Amino acid sequence: MNGLLRIRLEKRLDTPRWLGVATPSLSVLAALAVIAGIFWLLGVNPFLAYYRIFTGAFGSLYGLSETVTKAIPLLLCGTGLAVTFRARIYNIGAEGQLLVGAICGTGVALFVPGIPDPLRLPAMFLAGALGGALWALVPAILKARLRIDEVLTSLMTVYIASELVNYLVYGPWKGLRESGFPYSDKFPLSAQLPRLGVTRIHYPTLILAIVAAVLAYLLVQRTRWGFEIRVTGENPQAARYAGMNYLRTVLMVLAISGALAGVAGVGEVAGIHYRLRYPSGISPGYGFTAIIVAWLARLNPLAVLLTGFLISGLLVGGDAIQLALNLPAATVNLFNGVILLFVLGGDLFTRYRVRVEFPGRAMRRSAQPEREATI
Amino acid sequence: MPDPALAVEMRGIVKRFPGVLANDHVDLAVRSGEVHALLGENGAGKTTLMNILYGIYHPDEGEIYLKGKRVHIRSPRDAISLGIGMVHQQFRLVLSHTVAENVVLGLPRPFLFPDRPARQKLREFAQRYGLAVDPDARLWQLSAGEQQRVEIIKALYRGADILILDEPTSMLTPQEIGELMSTVRRMAAEGKTVIFITHKLNEVFAASDRVTVLRQGKVVTTLDTSQTDKLELARLMVGREVLFRLVKRPVQPGPKVLEVSDLDVLGDRGLMAVKGASFHIAAGEILGIAGVAGNGQRELVEALAGLRPVARGRVLLEGEDVTNQSPRLLAGRGVCYVPAERVVGTVPNLSVAENFILKAYDQAPFCRRLFLDRAAVEAHADRLIAEYGVATPSPETPLKLLSGGNIQRAILARETSGAPRLLIAAHPTSGLDVGATEYIRQTLLAQREQGTAILLVSEDLEEILQLSDRIAVMYGGQIMGILPAERADLEVIGMMMAGIHREGS
Repeated sequence: MNGLLRIRLEKRLDTPRWLGVATPSLSVLAALAVIAGIFWLLGVNPFLAYYRIFTGAFGSLYGLSETVTKAIPLLLCGTGLAVTFRARIYNIGAEGQLLVGAICGTGVALFVPGIPDPLRLPAMFLAGALGGALWALVPAILKARLRIDEVLTSLMTVYIASELVNYLVYGPWKGLRESGFPYSDKFPLSAQLPRLGVTRIHYPTLILAIVAAVLAYLLVQRTRWGFEIRVTGENPQAARYAGMNYLRTVLMVLAISGALAGVAGVGEVAGIHYRLRYPSGISPGYGFTAIIVAWLARLNPLAVLLTGFLISGLLVGGDAIQLALNLPAATVNLFNGVILLFVLGGDLFTRYRVRVEFPGRAMRRSAQPEREATI
Repeated sequence: MPDPALAVEMRGIVKRFPGVLANDHVDLAVRSGEVHALLGENGAGKTTLMNILYGIYHPDEGEIYLKGKRVHIRSPRDAISLGIGMVHQQFRLVLSHTVAENVVLGLPRPFLFPDRPARQKLREFAQRYGLAVDPDARLWQLSAGEQQRVEIIKALYRGADILILDEPTSMLTPQEIGELMSTVRRMAAEGKTVIFITHKLNEVFAASDRVTVLRQGKVVTTLDTSQTDKLELARLMVGREVLFRLVKRPVQPGPKVLEVSDLDVLGDRGLMAVKGASFHIAAGEILGIAGVAGNGQRELVEALAGLRPVARGRVLLEGEDVTNQSPRLLAGRGVCYVPAERVVGTVPNLSVAENFILKAYDQAPFCRRLFLDRAAVEAHADRLIAEYGVATPSPETPLKLLSGGNIQRAILARETSGAPRLLIAAHPTSGLDVGATEYIRQTLLAQREQGTAILLVSEDLEEILQLSDRIAVMYGGQIMGILPAERADLEVIGMMMAGIHREGS
């Protein structure tokens, strides 16, 4: 099997610290280069496109405020996902947990009488967090008790949640004053989150998101629960050996992640729309995009604060060029997909060193091939 | 000159892995039409050598000849086209497909009814070699022995003349082992060359014409099976020079710490792995468990550490019944466990300091309420590193960067620093160099003097003889006998290891 050249992947014994930053950064750049190629194929000058994305997201007060607004659900969901992924539990259902949070928040906003006005919003956040957590416990219990793959079950709960929202806004919760739109009634003033000036930034949720990221970081790095999460994720055998409770760890990380997604859902209905709407009207897929946010942050909740704003900027900028350059609506999804692919693929380079060899020459003596490919 | 009468000749094979010399100038000659056993302890380099022959690994040095012709085997595909087939320890089969579909998988075949051409051949193999399997059975319905037959058929179907079997009996029942051995003999009679990897002595005698013994990556010798006996092979396989003089002071054994009675434990495949084991260990006593790996030692040890359920029987710890208690509870009562595989007892990506608190992370002083006390964790790490001489750049270094010997020191430090009542050490020195080995053995003896009851499982007879006060031998899940160390001689132990001799305890 002689090829022109041989590419060997050698396992790295150690990952230098700089690689942890360089790999995701270069992965994003590589993804952007590929997307530039797609722009070019669509007949759009890629430099112009990126210029418009950047100015659209960060170049004006409006763009900047929209970037912050859309970062809020990404921060909340991304933080929760970073925690579950650290335990090697792959929650793909943050989107569904967000929607259930929105449902619960709406329920408290519209249908629970007798809550004093100042307590209305806290009660909504609490209900949203509880709802999201309970929703996440479905895949958690299936995983911990019956070893059913959480990737599938958590993803399927998204569709259930989505249909549940549809049922409510087309059915029992359909607003009386919404002239046929699939919306619930508008929230009373006491159930509307305050915003920053003329922007849509519902700052109480933003503050919650930042606090959650810091707390999640402390939880993972500094507490005994975080220790269990890290050991379970790094080496489940060792967790068993040390007598750690697998069930509890799985329930805990999924409950945290579900609760934060639920809070994000309340933020969207109480801070942006003031009502429950059809599912894609509440979230254009924040729960899925947050997967990229978490991976790009290398599962560090503090780094999520950075990557959340970054990805949000791409979303806002993507929207801007859709209008300005007449690009299809799928452009933003394309961004997400390509970036996630490159970030996940780029992870290979933190674990392996790549060597290129020419078979004509002598084989390297010290090589430790783990996987090989011949081109 | 390469000899064309040899089916396989490997010369001067060297293979290095990070920190390990897996094959050290290995020479192997296998004659055409013979059954050649590759015998050695775990980690002796047998599987590495065969993975090189099958093209999975590439040797750092050395040459391979088939029938006298130099070959370069770059991938399993090359190996298959040269007529080499390999059956791995872990089967590579599609469980939801039928036997016939598995056999033709990956081969050029008709688009419709792809398994049709296989059927004729399957009947032929069944008759010629006794490899009977139902072509329409789905793989998940088959026993381990039948799945293995499918793997062998797959290799033969691809035209293998040289068949490599990696520890083929490890998952089989005794009856299936008998069938496999007769298949192997029939294949050799039909002109196939068979190389099988094993560490079980009786299999060498049941099927092989010649045997090559590997030890620590080197070939010890190649012998005609008819010219040797189990005892000689056992010595060649595990025997190493007496490297050190350890001082074993007399210790008056204290009260019984562990009492095990009539213990049955199931293995991973639901077969009985430990059958009616009974023994006790007193404070200040080392009970050595000798035996070839795979005879129930792993299951016994895991059951005692709370990691595997006990099917029947009782475990008493200082007089109290702790049968089927959780590992956490047992650890809390002073049961410490050094597992056979270092990766089980450590988290390679976490720091040395964090690995030290793997079992005590939720207890004072390391944990106050919810938060870990980093100062306490660090101080603990500094103390253990100094006390046990763990060579590490800092307590914050990821454990995986340490050498095998230092990782084992770290595990031993963690497990013995809390004055354990019972210390279970499984193959504590396997794969370690002389210095680390000596240190580990001294630490075990020091624990014994402090009154710890120690259960030592090892394949290394030298180690068992050097350290133990009493020696139990396991074979086929049973304890063949328990001898006081001063009455134990290599011959009796070797016989019991081979399952020949039984002695009442």
